[in-house]
Amino acid sequence: MTTPADVGIPSGREDRGGRLGPTRHRPLEVLFHGVLLASLVIGVVFLATLLIYVIARGWARLDSRLWENFNSIRRPERAGAQAAIFGTIWVMALTALICLPVGILAAIHMEEYADKTKWWNRAIELNLQNLAAVPSIVYGILGLGILARQFGLGTSIITAAITLSLLVLPVVVVASREAIRAVPNTIRDGSLALGATKWQTIWKQILPASIPGIATGSILALSRAIGEAAPLLLLGAVTFVAFNPDSLTSAYTVLPIQIYDWIRQSREEFQVLAAAAIVILLAILLAMNSLAIYIRNRYQKRW
Amino acid sequence: MTVTAQKASTASGAPRGSLRRSRPRYGERAIQAILLLAALVSIGTTVGIVYSLIPPTVEFFQRISFSEFFTGTNWAPLFEPPTYGVLPLLAGTLVITAIAVAVAIPLGLLAAIYLSEYAQPGVRKVLKPMLEILAGIPTVVYGFFALAFVTPLLRGVWPGDGPAIFNGLAAGIVMGVMIIPTVASLSEDAMSAVPQSLRDGAYALGSTRMLVSLRVVVPAALSGIVAAFVLGISRAIGETMIVTIAAGISPTIGWNPLQAMSTMTAFIAQAGSGDIPVQSFDYKTVFAVAALLFAITFVMNALSIRLVRKYREVYE
Amino acid sequence: MAHPRHTYTVGEMSEPKQTAEAEDRRGEVHLGNFERSRSVSDTAAVFTVEDLSVFYGDYEAVRNTTLTVRENQITAMIGPSGCGKSTVLRCFNRMNDLIPGARVAGKVLYHDEDLYGPDIDAVEVRRRIGMVFQKPNPFPKSIYDNVAYGPRVNKMKGSLDDMVEEALVGAALWEEVKDKLKANALSLSGGQQQRLCIARTIAVKPDVILMDEPCSALDPIATAKIEDLMHDLAEKYTIVIVTHNMQQAARVSDRTAFFTAEVDRKGVRHGRLIEFDLTSTIFGKPNDRRTEDYITGRFG
Repeated sequence: MTTPADVGIPSGREDRGGRLGPTRHRPLEVLFHGVLLASLVIGVVFLATLLIYVIARGWARLDSRLWENFNSIRRPERAGAQAAIFGTIWVMALTALICLPVGILAAIHMEEYADKTKWWNRAIELNLQNLAAVPSIVYGILGLGILARQFGLGTSIITAAITLSLLVLPVVVVASREAIRAVPNTIRDGSLALGATKWQTIWKQILPASIPGIATGSILALSRAIGEAAPLLLLGAVTFVAFNPDSLTSAYTVLPIQIYDWIRQSREEFQVLAAAAIVILLAILLAMNSLAIYIRNRYQKRW
Repeated sequence: MTVTAQKASTASGAPRGSLRRSRPRYGERAIQAILLLAALVSIGTTVGIVYSLIPPTVEFFQRISFSEFFTGTNWAPLFEPPTYGVLPLLAGTLVITAIAVAVAIPLGLLAAIYLSEYAQPGVRKVLKPMLEILAGIPTVVYGFFALAFVTPLLRGVWPGDGPAIFNGLAAGIVMGVMIIPTVASLSEDAMSAVPQSLRDGAYALGSTRMLVSLRVVVPAALSGIVAAFVLGISRAIGETMIVTIAAGISPTIGWNPLQAMSTMTAFIAQAGSGDIPVQSFDYKTVFAVAALLFAITFVMNALSIRLVRKYREVYE
Repeated sequence: MAHPRHTYTVGEMSEPKQTAEAEDRRGEVHLGNFERSRSVSDTAAVFTVEDLSVFYGDYEAVRNTTLTVRENQITAMIGPSGCGKSTVLRCFNRMNDLIPGARVAGKVLYHDEDLYGPDIDAVEVRRRIGMVFQKPNPFPKSIYDNVAYGPRVNKMKGSLDDMVEEALVGAALWEEVKDKLKANALSLSGGQQQRLCIARTIAVKPDVILMDEPCSALDPIATAKIEDLMHDLAEKYTIVIVTHNMQQAARVSDRTAFFTAEVDRKGVRHGRLIEFDLTSTIFGKPNDRRTEDYITGRFG
């Protein structure tokens, strides 16, 4: 009986020209894969260590005194961060009110209306790119020189909010632009072909479709803003503040600044306080970031 | 062939008037103006930064010569007698940035390659947020970690004379990890944008995953990757809190990361957070250093934009 | 000129067997059940196009186009790819305005009004002259909101529910979706989505419906449904359709315009109208040799 082999058809694991057969395990590939994983693991381990350390260090002071009491240098056992917590909330709200509308409107202009051949639109584009890379402390200089001194707003909470708004504006603009750009042109065509005006198309079709991306970007921008300390150092986030903000021009402090100040104190009790306040700050930020990620995963349209 | 009479209304019943519009759409125009104004805020910001930097800087250099500033090796402007050589600040910035970059760029790029080319969707969904969390941690927290954990750790394991309590190494390492997400995420975005057809073509020719990643995807995404690197470096140069908290102060040029070192940003933060009267010269010092910092990061950013344009490979 | 060898059979074909045989013979084009063998009258002119050229920047994409679109008739534009059919179509509702650098020379009259005159409101133009696109593009909203969108943005008076139902009925989609008006439009099949797009177009009570290769992304069954729909739509609206499918043009249209691309001395392609006539003429006794070549499949 003739078998396939008799007529020259190779069977099973016979080498057909040396190209097919079971997968070869290339050691270099495996090594590379390992190196890649290791790099991610390093980041994850670092993060875990940081979180564990901070929680452990601040554990002793993670109690209601933190948000019930105001700061005290002479009596560390009574010190709390209420002024800083309220200050952070105020600053976050004011910053959101300023930078979200400006950022979203700017993004709409850049994506839907801007004629790229006009020089001012190219200048805006260039500026946005530059501003994203300017160190945050330089924004503090801007706030100090222009807002606090020139405009006479002083080192108050509104100055802080405006400065931080300008700082995170590029984040909002970039995220909003991406979200708007992701909406396919077929939607625009479809809307315009029905006799809708450009703004109607934007307001009724493009923006609703971009909201998940815009929301994610906004939350990330705000979480960046409330974690900032450097610009506020120059803006008199006076570290000894024992009251909550009461008006737009009031003095204030925020959590990152309070933490910084406690770190600089020599006594061990303040180091523990700093760690505890860090836990609070991180808890707020973790919640905000998780919300942003949830929104992105749940609502992001895949076109 | 018959010609039917023209109807006064459209076949579907809607009345037909002229297509001409009696008044232009003012609402649309007003909206356009508002949008443009919002976009111009970015230009306003840059103008504001430049405007706030220039006058004090000019006044500073009216008193201190360029050569004293740029070649002096001792930075002690708030002391008596004050010295204004900025080289120690530049050296400190350079050393710490170099350490940070040595950590961030390799790890960041490798992480990006893994996420873009190797990771299963389930793994991605977990790892990417983790990177984002790392990016979202405030720098003051990193500073605390560098001072309170990393420095003692280094001192503990270092053979012989380890790092000082305030040193550049801990600050640099922690800063590097802080920047990894920036590098990784931008690089990964660039790599994800590479069309799948390019990878498919290479795989179809029998290429392995490592080769496709390194020989096809990375070169194709090079513009974005380089931009990511430059942005990472820029962030390192401009970072304030980590160095202010953990790197200490040093008035002289030091290249040893195990010692304390001052950076431009730390000086601005430390000097600027005291209450400085407007007319005093110390006030102008802060602005002069800030102007230098701004100039350096501005140049780097311009470089990055140029690089992006030069290395972009076009697929369409 | 009719050559004895090439017979174009236009008219009712009842025997599939004949079709199969006929397809074997070279050069013959059998166009299936073609019911529009009635005579086509000269109704009022909706679009009068004279010597139209469309430029993208300096590049003349289409030149020397002259034709007339008549009321309540279906006018087809056929020809190989890249010869300007869609470009001309988009002139009729000023969608070309959206492309930077696009401009128009020559005359396009809509019911005796210059479509490109000063002060002409392009937004109102597009309400009157609707468009259905090649790939169905429903909005990511419910079926109801898709159809209601046009009336809402145009602030049309009347019961929205009635307008939506009327439009869906007119698009032969009502029966299939009446119980799920709140469902996401993207959950419909391709053919249904395209009919939804037709529904939302007719919801604004247009004068004209432009169709840019409306069936090219659809399967044959969905295509047949839409072709049937076109016959009904033509009773109320004027239709202009661009199609790659010759047989489709022969099946549905009253008049046909044949475009092709010419290469000038510098090697640049320009689109151009070659012949415009009754469909029966174009497919039966075309006047131009190039038309005949295209119809018989010698090129394109």
